Amino acid sequence: MTSLRQSSHYRWMVVSRVLAAVVGGYALASSAMVLLALLWPLPKAEAVAASTMLSFLLYALIIIWIFTVKRLKTVWLGLIFSTAVCSGLSWLLLSGAAQ
Amino acid sequence: MKEGFRQCMAWLHTWSGLVVGWVLFFVFVTGSAGYFNTEITRWMQPELPLHQAMPQNNGRLAMMAMDRLEEAAPNAEFWSITLPHHSQASRHWEDFSISWETTPLAGHEHGIRGREVLDPSSGSSTKVIDPRDTGGGTSLYVMHYALHYIDAQLAFKLVGICTMLMLMSLITGIITHKKIFKDFFTFRPGKGQRSWLDAHNVIGVMALPFFLMITYSGLVFFGLTYMPAGVAAIYGTDDKAIERYVDDLFGDHSHEAISRPTASVPDMIAKAEAAWGKDQIRSVFIQHDGGEAPRVDIGRAYGGQVRIFDAETMRFHAHTGEALPLDPPDSLTMKTNETFRALHEGRFAESWLRWLYFVAGLLGCGMIGTGLVLWTVKRRKQHDAANIPFGHRLVEALNASTIAGLPAGVAVYFWANRLLPIDMADRANWEMNFLFLIWGEAFIYAFFRDIRKAWVELLGFAAVAFTLLPVLNALTTDKHLGASLPAGDWVLAGFDLTMLALGLAFAYMTIKVNRIWLKKAAQTSKANDNSLLGETA
Repeated sequence: MTSLRQSSHYRWMVVSRVLAAVVGGYALASSAMVLLALLWPLPKAEAVAASTMLSFLLYALIIIWIFTVKRLKTVWLGLIFSTAVCSGLSWLLLSGAAQ
Repeated sequence: MKEGFRQCMAWLHTWSGLVVGWVLFFVFVTGSAGYFNTEITRWMQPELPLHQAMPQNNGRLAMMAMDRLEEAAPNAEFWSITLPHHSQASRHWEDFSISWETTPLAGHEHGIRGREVLDPSSGSSTKVIDPRDTGGGTSLYVMHYALHYIDAQLAFKLVGICTMLMLMSLITGIITHKKIFKDFFTFRPGKGQRSWLDAHNVIGVMALPFFLMITYSGLVFFGLTYMPAGVAAIYGTDDKAIERYVDDLFGDHSHEAISRPTASVPDMIAKAEAAWGKDQIRSVFIQHDGGEAPRVDIGRAYGGQVRIFDAETMRFHAHTGEALPLDPPDSLTMKTNETFRALHEGRFAESWLRWLYFVAGLLGCGMIGTGLVLWTVKRRKQHDAANIPFGHRLVEALNASTIAGLPAGVAVYFWANRLLPIDMADRANWEMNFLFLIWGEAFIYAFFRDIRKAWVELLGFAAVAFTLLPVLNALTTDKHLGASLPAGDWVLAGFDLTMLALGLAFAYMTIKVNRIWLKKAAQTSKANDNSLLGETA
């Protein structure tokens, strides 16, 4: 039913989304957990432990989001933007704490 | 991507489940066995005598243990004495033993550790009965997170990826499954694909809380390995980063060399016995934290709570004998973490709850198994019988060899324990090699044989391998049902009876699958006849 071109296009869409989930999603989950650990009002080590426990839920929600958004461009831009925001804020908080 | 939220989730459910289904099935089989790992080990060491408890004087034992510790480790960081007791954590009798760590040499972080099992009558170091070399239940259950034949660190990560995909399958499965309550009461047997779907749903929902708990706690277990970003960003990425983090969590103490307590240890034990009962004393632990009083901790036997290692303790000054305050309780964060681990391991579960854990684990195998079969049943109709694509054949063969062949491999692991020569070199490894040989051969067999016949024959093989295990046990040891049942040894008898039950379950599946395939084969040949008579499509 689908032409070869359409079906290969579909395959590339799937590959791109899987890559977004594995690489982009993991990067976002990692940077979000760092930010969460820095913001959590607990002693430093406990905050890290708590956000590590929660990070898998974060990652799962991110993956679901990646697979439900219609446009692939939105997925990638959203991932890059939110990872940048989380990392940037974490960097500011860490360098602020170092002073 | 397909249209609609639910369709997306269904797609994700199908593929995240299929890709790692066989590894997850292996994890569930070996992990479920882990709920009985000490019992399995016990069965695999038939040389050990049936246990008999004897009256004991804990105070006298502690004095003898300290005599030996003074000889063996005069300059130690800690002394630890295990008094003979029944432990809920390991579910077996803990022998009278001592362990210690020497003060570290200059430039070293840790001292040297030692352990000895002592004879309760003389207090001297004893040679325990040397059972045959076996992997036991431990080798079986360790594979559910460390796999086999590959580097453990790599295995942790591979299992972690599979576990994450399992979590995704569970979440997307719940989303896909809109009428979760109504469907639970829906079972349409004998209707091919629909029956497989119903079975998959019923099993999946039945033990859903267990699946979510076991999957998430499995991820939390290796949290630092899977999600290292938190520690890396905040504690750095050097070799000592994890150590700084752990010291922060649990407190870092320097230790001074200890000496034999001058206060009466038997008196301390007597106080603990008065509070907890005579058979409730697990250990005596002697340590001296820098800047604090040298202390003796009397530990209560593990049991009675979910966080099983958080047992009651009484603390005394080693030289005055006065009671000392305990460390503050763990923080809520650490308690949460410990609860995850405790729920995963289920050490707190007494026999009935332990069986529930085991059954829930088997239901996990059932959910994964029916899911894998469903994938092939759905797609089988699309393919021309004479021209089945390689991918489909591969999935069919992996299904048959894993769902029927892997359990057969586990049975053969137990056979190898009884049949391999006792003095064989590398014996424990060969037991395990047999498990994988059977699994591997089952795959080759299923791939090249007619898949229907392969299913029936592999299931039949598993049925025979399990059913005959109690017979083999009776022929090769004196710890068979005829001896273990009259002695009331439910660990040994329970193993044999469970094998028998598994054998019967596989026999039932063999008969069932055989009958369905025969019916199918008859229908297909009739359909072929009809199409020969009628017009072609």
